[in-house]
Amino acid sequence: MRSFLAGLVAILMLALPAAAQTGAEEFTEKLDIGISTDEIAITSDFRGADLTIFGAIDGFAPDLLAQGKYNIVVALEGPKESATVRKKRRVFGIWVNTQSMTFELVPESYSLSSTRDIDAIAPANEMNNMGIGVSHMTLSPIGYIGDGSSVTEFRNAFRRLRETSGVYQRDPGGVQFISASLFKASVRLPADVPNGVHVVRAYLFRDGVFVAAKALPLRVIKTGLEATITEAAHKHPFFYGLFAVLLAVITGWAASVAFRRD
Amino acid sequence: MTIYLPIAELSVNVLIILGMGAAVGFLSGMFGVGGGFLITPLLIFYNIPPVVAVATGANQVVASSISGAITHFRRGTIDIKLGTVLLLGGLAGATVGIWIFAALRRIGQLDLVISLAYVLLLGSVGSLMLAESINAMRRAKRNEAMPLRRPGHHGWIHRLPLKVRFKKSKIYLSVIPVAGLGFCIGILTSVMGVGGGFIMVPAMIYLLRIPTNVVVGTSLFQIIFVSAYTVIVQATANYTVDIVLAFVLMIAGVIGAQYGVRVGQKLRGEQLRALLALLVLAVGIRLAVELVLPPADVYSVIASGSGF
Repeated sequence: MRSFLAGLVAILMLALPAAAQTGAEEFTEKLDIGISTDEIAITSDFRGADLTIFGAIDGFAPDLLAQGKYNIVVALEGPKESATVRKKRRVFGIWVNTQSMTFELVPESYSLSSTRDIDAIAPANEMNNMGIGVSHMTLSPIGYIGDGSSVTEFRNAFRRLRETSGVYQRDPGGVQFISASLFKASVRLPADVPNGVHVVRAYLFRDGVFVAAKALPLRVIKTGLEATITEAAHKHPFFYGLFAVLLAVITGWAASVAFRRD
Repeated sequence: MTIYLPIAELSVNVLIILGMGAAVGFLSGMFGVGGGFLITPLLIFYNIPPVVAVATGANQVVASSISGAITHFRRGTIDIKLGTVLLLGGLAGATVGIWIFAALRRIGQLDLVISLAYVLLLGSVGSLMLAESINAMRRAKRNEAMPLRRPGHHGWIHRLPLKVRFKKSKIYLSVIPVAGLGFCIGILTSVMGVGGGFIMVPAMIYLLRIPTNVVVGTSLFQIIFVSAYTVIVQATANYTVDIVLAFVLMIAGVIGAQYGVRVGQKLRGEQLRALLALLVLAVGIRLAVELVLPPADVYSVIASGSGF
C-alpha cells in the first residue's frame, strides 16, 4: 500500500517540471533521455546497481555547445516518505533523544550526477527553487517546530546523515558527453534501496539558466522468494508467525537428532 | 556473499550472520541459556533495525531452546508442572510486554528503554553471579563443603499461600512467586527479544531455591513457549519477524549449541557460572558505555513509515 501511494505521488510529480518550464523565455532546446530498463528486480544477492542513462540535446546552438555552456544534471530520486530527525541530549548523564523534527515527503534515496559541480551550474536560489541536489532539496518540517530557529540545524543534520549512510550521493563528473549533443549519465542505487517507484530526472541548463527537464519512472521491486515472503508477512501475519515458529521447532529438533550421541 | 533480508529490507553478508549465530549458539549451549540477550544487541550493532532484531531474535531463541530442551527431556531434567506455572505467568507477561513495546515505539524512546533495561539487568545479574561463583570457587579451593541450603526455611517467599508440591523438583512452593517470575520474564521477552534464561536460571536457583539440576531444562521448556508466542504476536502486530534472517541464525545457532554443550560438560559448575557472569557483565558494560559516552553523532534519522 505504501509503495502504491508512493508510486502515485511519483507519477503525479512527473508532470510538475513540465508545467514549470513553460516560463517567460522561449528556448529551442529539447532534452530526451532513455534508460535500458524501467524495472530493477531485487533478488537475494542484490548488492546495489549502477544505472546508465543516455540522453540527447536537440535544437542546441552549436556555438554555445562548443563553449561548454550547456550543463546537464541527472538525479535518481527514490520513493518519497516522511523522515524524522532526532537529536540526543545528555539527561542525568545518559544520552537521550530529546528533540525531533519530521520532514514531509523526502526521497528515501537520491543519486545525483552532473557535468560539473551543481553549484557551478546555476545560482543557488535557482537550484533551491527546483530542489536539485542534496543541499537544495525541499525539506519542509511538519508538526510543531517551536520558533523555527532549529530548522536549519535539523535540515543540515538530515542531509549529512543521509550522505554519510550512502543513500544520498552525488557525482559531479558523472555526466559525460559522448558526442556533440549525446550524453551518458551514471547513477547508483544503494544496496539498501527502498522498493517502489523511483524517478530519473534530467535537467538541462544553458549558461546558468534552466532550459528543459525530462523525467522517467523506474520501478524497483522485490521478486521471487523475497516478494512472496514480504507479501505473506503482511497479508497473513498470523500464519507467517506460526510458520516462523514451526521452522524454528524443526531446526531445533533436527539438530538435537543429528547430534544425538547415545 | 550477500543475502537480501526481505523484512529488514537490506542486504547483509551471510557469513557474518552465520558467524554471529554460531558464536551465540556455542555460548548458549555451553551455559544453557537461549542466547537472545547476545543476539539482539549483535544484530542491532550490525545495522538491523532494532524492531526487526527483537522479533527475529525471539524466533532464533525458539530454535536453540527446543534443541536444548529435547536433550534435557531425554535426561529427565524438566519439571513440566513447574514449567507450566512459569509459562502461564510468562504468557501474561509477554502480552503486557508487547503492549509496552508498541507504546514505547510510538513515543520514540524504545531504543533507550531497551538499552537501559539491558544495562540494569545484565549489570545486576552479572555481578551477583560473578560474586557467587567466585565464593564457590574459593570454597572449593579450601575444600569446604557448600553451605547447606535447606528449602523451606527462607523468608517471605515461602510463607505465601497457594502452595503446591512440585514432585520432580522435590519442593513445596506457592505458585505466586513462580507465576510472578514468569510474568516479569515474559515482559522482558517481548520488549527485549530475550528468552530470559540468563535471569530465569539465577532467579530460580537463588530466589525460589529450586534444585540446580532441573532449573536449566525447566527454564528452557517455558522459554520455548513464551518466545514462540512472542514471535507470533510480533509478526501479527508489527510485521517485524524476518524469516530469512531468523533461519540463517538458527541453522548456525543450533549447530554451535551442540558443540557448546560438549565444552560446557567439561567445565565445573562454578567455573561455568563465572564465565557466564563475565560474558553477561561484558555485554552490559559495553551497552552502558554507549549510553554514557558522547555519541559519535547526536542526530539520527529514521523514515517514518518503517522502523521506529
